[in-house]
Amino acid sequence: MTLTTELALLAPEIALLIMTSIVLVVDSLYDNPDRVLTYKLSQLALIITTGLVLLQFPEVSTHIMSGHFVSDPMSAILKIVLGLMTLIVFFYSYDYLLEHELLKGEYFILMLFAVLGMQIMISANSLLTVYLGLELLSLALYAMVAMNRTSAVATEAAMKYFVLGALASGMLLYGISMLYGVSGTLELPALATYLGAQTEANLLLVFGLVFIVVGLAFKLGAVPFHMWVPDVYQGSPTSVTLFIGTAPKIAAFAMAIRLLADGLQPLAGDWQGMLIVLAVLSMAGGNLIAISQSNIKRMLAYSTIAHVGFLMLGLISANQTGYASAMFYVIVYTLMSMGSFGMVILLGRNGHEADNLDDFKGLAERSPWFAFIMLILMFSMAGVPPFIGFWAKWFVIKEVIAAGHLWVAALAVIFSVVGAYYYLRIVKLMFFDKPVQMTAIKSSQEMRMVLSLNGLAILILGFMPGFLMTLCIEAMGF
Amino acid sequence: MIDLTQVLLLAAMLFCISVAGIFINRKNIIILLMCIELMLLSVNMNFIAFAYFLNDIKGQIFVFFILTVAAAESAIGLAILSVLFRNRNTINVKDLDTMKG
Repeated sequence: MTLTTELALLAPEIALLIMTSIVLVVDSLYDNPDRVLTYKLSQLALIITTGLVLLQFPEVSTHIMSGHFVSDPMSAILKIVLGLMTLIVFFYSYDYLLEHELLKGEYFILMLFAVLGMQIMISANSLLTVYLGLELLSLALYAMVAMNRTSAVATEAAMKYFVLGALASGMLLYGISMLYGVSGTLELPALATYLGAQTEANLLLVFGLVFIVVGLAFKLGAVPFHMWVPDVYQGSPTSVTLFIGTAPKIAAFAMAIRLLADGLQPLAGDWQGMLIVLAVLSMAGGNLIAISQSNIKRMLAYSTIAHVGFLMLGLISANQTGYASAMFYVIVYTLMSMGSFGMVILLGRNGHEADNLDDFKGLAERSPWFAFIMLILMFSMAGVPPFIGFWAKWFVIKEVIAAGHLWVAALAVIFSVVGAYYYLRIVKLMFFDKPVQMTAIKSSQEMRMVLSLNGLAILILGFMPGFLMTLCIEAMGF
Repeated sequence: MIDLTQVLLLAAMLFCISVAGIFINRKNIIILLMCIELMLLSVNMNFIAFAYFLNDIKGQIFVFFILTVAAAESAIGLAILSVLFRNRNTINVKDLDTMKG
């Protein structure tokens, strides 16, 4: 393959990098009031990147850059979802940043760099690119969490995130070095070929695998490696929580697929057991601890942990349809979590954060429409049909049963019933309690429209889950 | 002549020291940053040993990338540390406990 065709396949990443640099220069040279120019240019950057991915939607899997980078349907779909999600994050966060005096160019630039890192992770085809993409994402996120420099809570959260994130990267790297040492290659397909040819168990290999799974679990936030999740979600500014809670989950899923399915598929027998333990612990821990939370950001953090458990259920069957169901789950989950944090942002005003459950009391009286949207989001998170969240759970549990782990499926159902309690509690607060304050909700027209669309998408997709599922299965077919 | 196992053992020991340092240390965040640095260096040791004994250049190139990332990482870590000190007037690990639940 010639250099030009290789560069053409890299066009989305190159375009994003160039645009981010332009935004960086423009932001520091032009003192644009309220950062309108930075904001618009960042959105343009995302639209161009997503457009480029759409333009050259790959039919087959192509390995470029000496096998370090792959362009396949899965990467294209995930990059499009990633671009759309980040665009929604921009819509939701602008007013919030303006009100909380956090509106700085760094927010947009760091976010674009994080998106670049995630795109590299999604398209990674070697252990080196996985690591570099992951670090580009993580470094940008650490800085974003600490963006509110005068807040003691935010800086504490950033420190915790930094230390545990670096520890996770270290674990992952140690595992990577073991895999490299045993196989002598960094490319994931070559690694899979090498492992497939091995007949006897190798101690170094299992050692490396354990470290890789631990690193992955840290990054996904699965129990018992979840300590950073609640603190980071609670401590960061809500617009940053919104970002951390959505887009990086897609990238983490892609990383799991690249490492476990593309590279370590021959060792599936070994990692399936580990994932089952992580998944069951996450579903139990996340759902049970979430019940006792009074801060909604913290509650949603524990709910994330529980959802990560469900996401892992899709991976443990270790076949195409299983991976497709996990992909379906992660896309649906980011959509729901986007809406929920969007609601938290919508209810906050004049520098006040609406992050207590009490702030949702009597929302139906203050704004029936947004109470309805929140109702859709919470029902979908709890897994009530016909919302899309139900289908996400349905597909992963179906895969678990097909793989023969009936007891895991039973536990999943039990814990999703437990989880329904705290989601439905919010619905009860909104519709049956008296409001604490009656101030009208004020926000921009843009934000209201996107948030409504976000909620309605969950309702509408719930009536046609087959469309998204077919897309996921096709993505995994290569 | 040193063989592969000895180097790997040394790297594993360094790795264990750094992980233990992160979990046992309750006093100073700067020590945490040092432990993280040590952890990355132990991985570098691993990569170099493998690259040397496999007679393969890829491992050594990986080390360059890790070194670069480690530098960026400690820059961000120290930046967060200085902001934290300004807000809290302490860099004690024990004091990082305002969020509970």
